[in-house]
Amino acid sequence: MNMTLTINNKKVTLDIKPDEVLLDTLRANGYLSVQRGCDTSSCGLCAIWVNDEVVLSCTYLTVRAANKNVTTLEGVQKEAKEFADFLADEGADQCGYCAPGFIMTVLAMAKELNNPSEEEIYHYLNGNLCRCTGYKGQIRAIKKYLEFKNN
Amino acid sequence: MITIKEYVAPESLEEAYEILMSGKTNLILGGFGFIKMGSRAVNKAIDLCNLSLDYITETEDEILIGAETSLRALEINDIIRNYCGGVISQGVSNIVGVQFRNMAKVGASVFSRYGFSDLLPSLLVLDAKVRLYKGGLMNLDDFLERDFEKDILVEVILPKKKGMAVYDCIRKSTGDFPIINGAIFKGENGQYRIAIGSRPQRAKLAIKAAKALENGDDIEAVVEIIPEELHFGTNIRGSKEYREDMSKALLSRMYGKVGV
Ligand SMILES: Cc1cc2nc3c(=O)[nH]c(=O)nc-3n(C[C@H](O)[C@H](O)[C@H](O)COP(=O)(O)OP(=O)(O)OC[C@H]3O[C@@H](n4cnc5c(N)ncnc54)[C@H](O)[C@@H]3O)c2cc1C
Ligand code: FES
Ligand code: FES
Repeated sequence: MNMTLTINNKKVTLDIKPDEVLLDTLRANGYLSVQRGCDTSSCGLCAIWVNDEVVLSCTYLTVRAANKNVTTLEGVQKEAKEFADFLADEGADQCGYCAPGFIMTVLAMAKELNNPSEEEIYHYLNGNLCRCTGYKGQIRAIKKYLEFKNN
Repeated sequence: MITIKEYVAPESLEEAYEILMSGKTNLILGGFGFIKMGSRAVNKAIDLCNLSLDYITETEDEILIGAETSLRALEINDIIRNYCGGVISQGVSNIVGVQFRNMAKVGASVFSRYGFSDLLPSLLVLDAKVRLYKGGLMNLDDFLERDFEKDILVEVILPKKKGMAVYDCIRKSTGDFPIINGAIFKGENGQYRIAIGSRPQRAKLAIKAAKALENGDDIEAVVEIIPEELHFGTNIRGSKEYREDMSKALLSRMYGKVGV
């Protein structure tokens, strides 16, 4: 079936299957930042935005994104790099596999929450697993990034 | 793996119901979270997105929650957060992560009546009602006793109760399914409602224990009523005996928080 959606500000018409999920559609169309982890809504690696809301692309039927704006890491490169520099400074990125989904969630949080506490940050990021870092460095990076954004 | 032959987005509830009933493997789509975990061949997947069921509104004496409302909306909506101590928001905030809660829907979560639900205990103690397209309006506790019958859950209705409520749970780690969960309501008129879920069966009201609290019985005696009144079982997350013991600790904890 044919459908039209906007990916990173570019309107595209795609031929999709009714049971296709955005993770597969996006990867097939070259948006390779979108990662597959658990494939069952549990790890956050595949996080993207649909109409500026952070969702899991492994569980989002592509057909439901018709006429909506889909954003992947490729579409927010400037902001992503800005935050990723803080991650690197804190030694909070190791294999990097979790990074795209993690960054998309952090950027969504930065837009949604005003001056979040440490507890609120942890809570917002509950759905993002990282097998390497132990999270402490990531929390330091987020706090420094938010401080930088606020000044 | 799940396969879907056709995706449909009807323009009326009547049409959605007709399509649902027209084939054994047709189903309603919620946020797709639980359907995705299963393995089945679906003929028609019915999306309720055109039916304006994504709302949380209030009247003088009720709060109305549409089936298409996301769990995240329940978590952050001011009407829900300010209602009886924000017990519903507390409960759902434990479910997976923000991204998931942006997708998962209230209608699917209530209709599916999962034993582990972090939403049902709060709704039970608040005397929620459900409106089904075919089955009509009924109390949630009645709905939870029923067997599955194909229908569409249209909205959840909360009476505006005056009082305070608390949700609590025991889980191995955040984001995991609960081992046991529950909620307690204390009304301004001295009424108590207690619900325990993840037994691992569906959440259920503990009527005798609530009556004992209303009669002024000591909480240490009341917690002993829970394993007698409600049935507990064993699954991968915990044994029957563990849950029976933990149900006492859970009630005691919730009672302490709801304000003695
Ligand atoms: C990894 C994972 C972890 C989870 N952990 C928890 C947890 O800890 N606590 C918890 O409470 N829940 C948990 N859940 C369950 C989650 O809340 C469910 O996904 C949710 O309750 C079902 O919502 P959905 O929108 O995903 O439904 P879907 O998967 O879309 O649908 C579920 C079922 O409901 C039917 N349905 C959908 N909408 C309607 C309607 N309006 N009327 C009638 N039938 C309908 C569908 O046909 C389907 O049979 C978890 C789920 C996953 C995938
Ligand atoms: S791949 Fe989507 S949540 Fe893990
Ligand atoms: S850095 Fe390796 S999984 Fe997060």
